[in-house]
Amino acid sequence: MSQIRYTKDHEYVRVEDGEGVVGISEHAQQQLGDVVFAEAPPIGKALKKGDPAAVVESVKAASDVFAPVSGEVVAVNSEVESTPGLINEDALGRGWLFRLKLADPAELSALMDESAYSDYLRTSG
Amino acid sequence: MIEAANQKTPLHALHIELGARMAAFADYDMPIHYPAGVLAEHLHTRKFAGLFDVSHMGQALIEGADHATVAAFLETLCPADFLNLAPGRQRYSQLLNDDGGIVDDLMVTRPPGADGALRLVVNASRKAVDYALIRRRLPSSIRLTPLPEAALIALQGPMAAATLARLAPGDGLWTMPFMSARPARVMGFETFVSRSGYTGEDGYEVSLASSQAESFARILLAEPDVAPIGLGARDSLRLEAGLCLYGHELDETIDPIEAALSWSIQKRRRMEGGFPGAGRIQGALANGPTRLRVGIRPDGRAPARDAAEIVSPDGAPIGVVTSGGFGPSVGAPIAMGYVARAYTAVGTPIGLVVRGKPLSARVAALPFYPHAYYRSQARNG
Repeated sequence: MSQIRYTKDHEYVRVEDGEGVVGISEHAQQQLGDVVFAEAPPIGKALKKGDPAAVVESVKAASDVFAPVSGEVVAVNSEVESTPGLINEDALGRGWLFRLKLADPAELSALMDESAYSDYLRTSG
Repeated sequence: MIEAANQKTPLHALHIELGARMAAFADYDMPIHYPAGVLAEHLHTRKFAGLFDVSHMGQALIEGADHATVAAFLETLCPADFLNLAPGRQRYSQLLNDDGGIVDDLMVTRPPGADGALRLVVNASRKAVDYALIRRRLPSSIRLTPLPEAALIALQGPMAAATLARLAPGDGLWTMPFMSARPARVMGFETFVSRSGYTGEDGYEVSLASSQAESFARILLAEPDVAPIGLGARDSLRLEAGLCLYGHELDETIDPIEAALSWSIQKRRRMEGGFPGAGRIQGALANGPTRLRVGIRPDGRAPARDAAEIVSPDGAPIGVVTSGGFGPSVGAPIAMGYVARAYTAVGTPIGLVVRGKPLSARVAALPFYPHAYYRSQARNG
């Protein structure tokens, strides 16, 4: 079973085989509305936790996606770059943005799990 | 920065009931979109009919002894020809400051059958400024009367006319010319209807008493082709139609010639002047403006937003984006902005600085999506 963690900025990272699959949460996609543009970072880029990594734009606004953990970009979702609406249809699945080779898996423990993130959404309004 | 809105339109409760996402706009709590979302609402308006609550806009009457008196007064503030505005017709114009900068843009209507009255519709964000400016210049024989008790509902899209004709078959709304306006009894409601709008589509704007606005809107929304449309889609529709938004394309430093609005200054006014900033505006008409509002098509898929810098192919700053986003009916990012005169020709390659990088783009013809006005005189693009 894969492990999913969320940031306060509404990115998720799902851990699969020592790599982190990064995207924006279901809540973030709902808030953003119809996504019309997505840009993933270049493969090979070394990201530190909190670095601006990708861009997601909706009809309403542009939004930076920050690296939820540190690591090197090992894959990007070219399908979502050509069909940005996938983020609205399936944010946690086909709407992923990029994969990171985790530099420090211990960073994951600072992020929220599913239930902590639900609580966060409830209390942060 | 999110600012709380202090004012509500008469349709506020209806917006909440319809599930709108609300936000402050020009001090009004307004629907940005409904559950369908901006994209679906935009496309619905292009294909069927959209209902827009634009009651936040300022409606007012200017009244005096006769048409010539009132028209001559308004001509001291605006560069359009109102003296020759026929009864039942409306005209787009601008209120100007003494430098010819645009204080606001507005619609001016000469109601039929009332000699000595002009109706104004001004932007919500500018009505206080506009009314103060008009009052400062008002001679004692002319009155300005804001109409805060009037709601304004727009019905826009290719099915707008058929919908109103079905609901109000005897009223002749179907054949009203574009940019005409008159009082009309529609389904028993006393209204003032104009055939105009802000989407590039055929449609109407209906002014009626606030107390009746919700009943009227509910009847329209019960029609199969009509959906409620928020300010988000209103913005993407007007951007595709190449129409200016105050605070973006227009402000007090920009004159109507720079804004590519010279078509709204009729020949007599160009020759005679007599409006604020006439020297600057007549000079720009004769010699060409130093900067001009243009359409812009980014080559890639990334939209450029308001305030993005525009650079020449060799990186020199040449202008700024004033509105930008994704055009749902165009299927690509679109923008408007101001560029220096040497870069205004359609097809000119330019760069848009987005997130620190220049994206390649080209100057494009406006509108991005062809206008579909009733009895359209010109179909550009």
